[in-house]
Amino acid sequence: MTLDHDQVEIAAIVEDQADRLLRDAITREVLAAADGGVFDAALWQKVSEAGLPLALLGEEAGGIGLAPRQAFRLLRLAGQHALPLPLGETMLFAALSGTSGDAPAGLALSADGVLQRVAFGADVAVVLLAEVGGWRVVPASELQVTSEGRNIAGAPRVTLTATGGTSLLLPGWLARSAGEDPVLALRACGALARAAGMAGAMRRVLAMAVDHAATRVQFGRPLARFQAIQHMLAAAAEESAAASAIVDSAAEAWGQEDFVMRAAVAKSRAGLAAGRVAAIGHQVHAAMGFTQEHDLHFFTRRLLSWRDEFGSDAEWDGWIGQRICTAGGGALWQTLIDATTTVEREARA
Amino acid sequence: MLGFDFDGVRFPPAAEEARTRIRAFLEAEHAAGRIVPHRGTWSTFDAGFTRRLGEAGFIGVTWPKAYGGQEASSLVRFVITEEMLAAGAPCAAHWVADRQSGPQILKHGTERAKQVILPAICRGECTFGIGMSEPGSGSDLASVRTRATRIDDGWRIDGQKIWTTNAHNVTYLIVLARTGEAGPSRHEGLTQFIVKVDSPGIEVRGIQDMAGNHEFNEVFFDGCFVPDDMMLGEEGSGWDLVTGELAFERSGPDRFLSDFQLFVALVDKVGPTPGRMSAVEIGRMFSELSALRRMSTSIAGMLDEGAQPLVEAAIVKDLGTSFEQALPETARRLVAEEADRETGEVYGEALAETMLRAPCFSLRGGTREILRGMIARGIGLR
Ligand SMILES: Cc1cc2nc3c(=O)[nH]c(=O)nc-3n(C[C@H](O)[C@H](O)[C@H](O)COP(=O)(O)OP(=O)(O)OC[C@H]3O[C@@H](n4cnc5c(N)ncnc54)[C@H](O)[C@@H]3O)c2cc1C
Repeated sequence: MTLDHDQVEIAAIVEDQADRLLRDAITREVLAAADGGVFDAALWQKVSEAGLPLALLGEEAGGIGLAPRQAFRLLRLAGQHALPLPLGETMLFAALSGTSGDAPAGLALSADGVLQRVAFGADVAVVLLAEVGGWRVVPASELQVTSEGRNIAGAPRVTLTATGGTSLLLPGWLARSAGEDPVLALRACGALARAAGMAGAMRRVLAMAVDHAATRVQFGRPLARFQAIQHMLAAAAEESAAASAIVDSAAEAWGQEDFVMRAAVAKSRAGLAAGRVAAIGHQVHAAMGFTQEHDLHFFTRRLLSWRDEFGSDAEWDGWIGQRICTAGGGALWQTLIDATTTVEREARA
Repeated sequence: MLGFDFDGVRFPPAAEEARTRIRAFLEAEHAAGRIVPHRGTWSTFDAGFTRRLGEAGFIGVTWPKAYGGQEASSLVRFVITEEMLAAGAPCAAHWVADRQSGPQILKHGTERAKQVILPAICRGECTFGIGMSEPGSGSDLASVRTRATRIDDGWRIDGQKIWTTNAHNVTYLIVLARTGEAGPSRHEGLTQFIVKVDSPGIEVRGIQDMAGNHEFNEVFFDGCFVPDDMMLGEEGSGWDLVTGELAFERSGPDRFLSDFQLFVALVDKVGPTPGRMSAVEIGRMFSELSALRRMSTSIAGMLDEGAQPLVEAAIVKDLGTSFEQALPETARRLVAEEADRETGEVYGEALAETMLRAPCFSLRGGTREILRGMIARGIGLR
C-alpha cells in the first residue's frame, strides 16, 4: 500500500509539472506551425528535458518508472494539449527497448519492407519496426524517405524503407499476449498510445464546449441553459469518461499477458467515443468552431485521425469479435472479467 | 471541467473467492433445473431461489455481523451480483433489499428496524419494494402527495403509489411521503418510512406490463399505520435519503447486464467463424461492455470508501441502459431470425424477452433525460 501511495504522489508531481510545461509551451502559434508538418525541435527539447519520454522506462534502466497507468495518463495529458510530437512512440520505444538513448522514435508496422505512415518519420532518430519475423531497431541513417505526407491533423506521416538495423527481442509478456505475433504486439502498443491521446483530446473538447456553452448567449440566455445543449454535453461527458476509464484499464495491464486484448478494447471504445465527442463539440461551437481561427479543430482533427491510426476502432472490433466468436458464448463472461478486472497481486519487486 | 476519472479498483482476494463460491452455487441451481438462464434477470421474482441464496450466505454480505452480514467489501458484493446476472439467475426477490433498502436501513434506520429486518433479509426471508413514484409524480419526485400524519406512537399514511415493482410479493416497501411543507426548494418536508405490505389499510392492485408480466402495481394507502421506529432518518430528511439511495440503485451491474444472456446466445448463434460484419459488431459491443464494467467496479470502490458518486452513477446508468437497448437492435441486424417467446429456441426467446423489456431500461430508476440533467449539472451547466 505505501509503495502505491509513493507512486501516486510521484506521478501527481510529474503530471502537474507536465501539465504546466505543456500549457505554457503549446501556444496557438506552435500548433498552427506544426500543422504545416514541421517538427518543432525546441518543443521536443522541453518535453525531453522534463523526462516525459522516459516515464514508462524502469528506474534501473535510467527511466522514471511510473506505474503504467500514470505513464499513459501523461499521454492523455499530451492529447489534452494536442502535443504535436511523437511522445507516445518515444515513450514506448524506450520502455520496449529498455534504453533511454535514441529519441525521438517512430513505431512502424512493415508490409513487405515498406513502412507506411510513420509519425514524424523524417525527423525521428530511430524506428522500431515490427515485421512478420520479429522486431528491428533501425537508426535514421538506415532509413530512406519514399514519400512525405500528413494525417488530417496536419502531422507528418511518412513512408519509409529500412535497411539493416539490429533485431530486438519482444518482451516475453508482450509476445505471449500477442500470440507470438510481433506486428500485432507493436500495433497494440501504438493503439493504446493513440487511445490515451484521444482520451485527453476528448477531455479538452468537452471542456471547451462547456466553456462555450456558458458564455455564448442566444435568445437572451447562455446556451448552457438550453436543455438540448445540456443533454448533448452530458452525452459527451459520458463518452469521454468511458474512454478515460478503459484506457486506464488497458494501461494497468502493461507488463501482463492480457495487455493486447485490453489495448484492443481501449482503442475500440476510445475510437467510438472520439467520433461522438468531436461531433458534439462541433455542434455546440457551431460556425465559430468550424473556422481555422478557433482552436477546436486542433483537437477534433486529432481525434478524427488518431482513431484510425494503429488500427481503427472497426479493425480492432473485428479482431476482438473474431476471438469472442471463436471462444463461443460460454466463454464470453470470463473473457469480459479477464479484460476488465484488476486483481490484487503480491507487490511486485 | 475536464471530465471524470473512474479510478481502477483492485479486487481483493476475498472477492475472487466469493466468485468461486457463487459460481458453484449457481451451477448447482442450474444443474437442478432451477435456473433457466435466458429467462431470468434481476426482474424475475423467485422467493425459493432467494431463500437458498440467503442460506448459502450471499445476501447482505457487506453489512455488520451483528445484523446478519459478513462485513465484506462492496467488491465482494459486486462479484456476487454480477455473477448472478451473467448466469441469468432470477434475482428479483432480494435485489432491491440487498442493493438499496438494506443499506438505507443500515445507514438511517432505528436500532429496532435494523435488528428486525436486516438479519431476515440476509436469510432471504424478507423482501423489499420501492415506493417512490405516484400517478402525478414520476420524474418530478419531489411533488409526491402521499401523506404521513403524526398520530400516537407513529404515523398514518394516506395516498397512492404506482409502478411499485413486486408490491404484491414483498414484505416491506420504503415509502416516500410528505410530512411537512415543501418549502422554496420543494425538497423539504419529505420523509421515508418502512411500511409492512400486509398492514391494514394497504391495497395492492396489479398492473400488467406490455410483455404480459405482472411485475409492477398500484398501491393504495388508507390510514395505514407505521410505528415510530419504522421511520428512516430525521423527519423531513427524506429528499437527501432518497438521493443517496439512488446512487446505490443506479451504478450497479444490473444497468448493463440485463440482457447478457442475449449476448451469449448471439455469439453462439453467429458461431465460431463470423463474417466481418458480425465480428465487428460483436467486438464493439464487447468493448462497450468492458468500459461499463470497469466504470461500475470503480463506483463500487467509491461506495466502499463512503463516497456518494451520484453523477458517476448517472453516467454508468445512462451508458449502460443505452447499451442494453442497442444490443437487441444489433442482434437483429446480424441474425435473420424472428423474436419468438414460444418456440423454446434459446436465441429467439432471449431476443423476444429482451425486446419486450428494453423500453423500461431507460425509464426505471430515473429516466435518461433526468440522468442527463444530473450529469449536465455535474459538469457545471446548470
Ligand atoms: C418497469 C418499471 C418498473 C418500475 N418500478 C418502480 C418501483 O418499483 N418503484 C417506483 O417508485 N417507481 C418505479 N417505476 C417508475 C419509474 O421510476 C418512473 O417511470 C420514472 O421515474 C419516470 O416517471 P414517469 O413514468 O411518470 O414519466 P414522466 O416523469 O411523466 O416522464 C415522461 C417523459 O418526459 C421526460 N421528462 C420528464 N421530466 C423531464 C424534464 N425535466 N426534462 C426533460 N424530460 C423530462 C421523461 O424523461 C420521459 O421521457 C418503474 C417504472 C418502470 C417502467
